[in-house]
Amino acid sequence: MAGIVIDRIAKSFGSVTALQEVSLEIADGEFVALLGPSGCGKTTLLRIMAGLESRSSGRVLIGGRDVSDLKPWERGLAMVFQNYAVFPHMTVYENVAFGLAMQKKPADVIDRQVKKAAALLHIEPYLERYPAKLSGGQRQRVAVARALAVEPAVLLMDEPLSNLDALLRLEMRAELKSVLREAGTTTVYVTHDQTEAMGLADRIAVMYGGKIVQIAPPTQVYARPATTFVGGFVGSPPMNFLPVDSQDGRVTLGGQSIPVPGSGARILGFRGEDVTLAAPADGLALTVRVVEPMGSHTLLTGRIGDAVVRIVAPSSTAVRAGDVVGLRLDPARVVFMDPASGLALDAAA
Amino acid sequence: MTQSRWLPYALLAPAMVFLGVLFFVPLVQTIVLSFQGDAGFGLGNYGKMVGDLNFGLSIRNTFLLVLTVIPLQVALALAMGLMLQKMTFGRDVVLWVWTIPLGVSDLAAGLVWLALLQNTGYVNSALFAMGLIPGPTAWLNSETPVTLFVAVVLAEVWRATAIVLVILVGGLQLIPKEFAEAAEIFGARPWTRFVKITLPLLKPSLQSALILRTVLAFEVFAVVYALGGRNFPVLVGEAYAWQRDNQNYGVAAAYAVLIMIISLAATVFWLRVLRVKPEVQG
Ligand SMILES: Nc1ncnc2c1ncn2[C@@H]1O[C@H](COP(=O)(O)OP(=O)(O)OP(=O)(O)O)[C@@H](O)[C@H]1O
Ligand SMILES: [Mg+2]
Repeated sequence: MAGIVIDRIAKSFGSVTALQEVSLEIADGEFVALLGPSGCGKTTLLRIMAGLESRSSGRVLIGGRDVSDLKPWERGLAMVFQNYAVFPHMTVYENVAFGLAMQKKPADVIDRQVKKAAALLHIEPYLERYPAKLSGGQRQRVAVARALAVEPAVLLMDEPLSNLDALLRLEMRAELKSVLREAGTTTVYVTHDQTEAMGLADRIAVMYGGKIVQIAPPTQVYARPATTFVGGFVGSPPMNFLPVDSQDGRVTLGGQSIPVPGSGARILGFRGEDVTLAAPADGLALTVRVVEPMGSHTLLTGRIGDAVVRIVAPSSTAVRAGDVVGLRLDPARVVFMDPASGLALDAAA
Repeated sequence: MTQSRWLPYALLAPAMVFLGVLFFVPLVQTIVLSFQGDAGFGLGNYGKMVGDLNFGLSIRNTFLLVLTVIPLQVALALAMGLMLQKMTFGRDVVLWVWTIPLGVSDLAAGLVWLALLQNTGYVNSALFAMGLIPGPTAWLNSETPVTLFVAVVLAEVWRATAIVLVILVGGLQLIPKEFAEAAEIFGARPWTRFVKITLPLLKPSLQSALILRTVLAFEVFAVVYALGGRNFPVLVGEAYAWQRDNQNYGVAAAYAVLIMIISLAATVFWLRVLRVKPEVQG
């Protein structure tokens, strides 16, 4: 009922191309995270969906209706701004109530919805305060509450939790997810925090340089990145990449023979946790330079040739800096990319 | 440590001396003068001022002018300022052209409008040439108070709207565009956005502009004098007349004190009406 279709949206600011023909379909009630580095066009895309920014070409459909030329208030959506845009001359209560007041809802309905949104975001103690007297994180929660209070069919959020401390962010993330799922709100959530995107989204759209380079469920984006950029951007630690040479569709690494699509130069990608440690002679030799115990696991950093490699080892590992370990890869979980384009190669190809 | 305490005062001292000599001393002298008369120290000058035929008229005219000109100027400046905000191209040129009258002195402005509006002026000639009026028509004498008033209002609006505009444009630029955008997302139409977002956030600039303009408007003189002489008595004009024509410095000083009190009252009025609560400043 309120699915979103972004149809070949492009945008340039003068000579700067912010978006190049972005297309994206979001189902009704789906939660999509726009993930990408700073300046890749996330905010621009969100603002075009909201009708705050003009587009150079393309269409935006919401609920099957072409809203490309409609005013923001005619599109039936709510938005959380990257810099909050909480009205400084209104109390927190008035801010949260703003959208409902504009819809001329009766006072008791407004009161109920405001209290509900405030409770969810833990801002009840500040309802009578002015935003100038709030911290950045509190203001940000006011902005989120203001958007939730109108119970929109479509919710656009631009890094709504970026200013919260780690614990509060974790808590808010879970609450947002459950509330939005329950309400069936179609959500587009901009973030450059990949854990947030992984945890929240039904699908992640990874953006880079004004394009969507991959759109897929979190686990697939993580395990099967479409490009070397995605592999390096998503996941902590990032995916490891090794240049290899495929001969007759196979590559031999540390005594292991792994099938490769096609022959010639390839980039092999593997996740730090998809290896098993073995004796140096039984695998790909890695000289460990740094050992970082993280509690749940231990991070080993070293080099294979020129490539930096990070390995997630069990926290019980006895490896020390300077040790040489052997790595055995899981052939089912490695990916191959074309060194020239950085694009993933299908196993079938 | 000790140095930093007196340094600001030392730096302010020249300005304070300057203000004291050239502003405070004459002010006290004027106040003293207003109470000095032939019959010694007392309210004689004030009695004479109030008893004068033109006193009530000049009060009425001055207030009428202020109450007409100020709202017109603020409304116009707001409209012009918002228009400028919407422009992406040629904005600076338009602002520059609109502020040209700022460079024209008020007497010169009065004379320009006199050249336009007097019996033999350009407007008369043009209307006559088009056959709209039978002959040269007088608009600026004591028999035509309404057209004279309108002429003064026109000249004042033309001359002094730009200063309001400049202050408001500065204020509008300080308001991040996200506030209006957020309001737009949440359903506020243009007029609601103007009333609920732009105006409240513009309050500090509005206050400055209104104080400045109101105080100056109560001192309106040169334009009135150029267009109508004493046909349209205003407070400063009366002070001037008592000083020059009647050589009565005491009554002139009483007028000056009265104008000062009115200006102070107007300032206090705007400070209170458009007060920005400290907790709202963000
Ligand atoms: N109003 C504008 N005028 C000119 N260029 C702009 C404008 N807005 C954005 N850009 C440019 O468009 C590109 C995309 O910007 P955008 O704000 O969408 O990035 P983003 O992905 O939201 O980044 P961040 O994570 O830092 O918020 C950037 O190169 C930016 O410089
Ligand atoms: Mg952004």
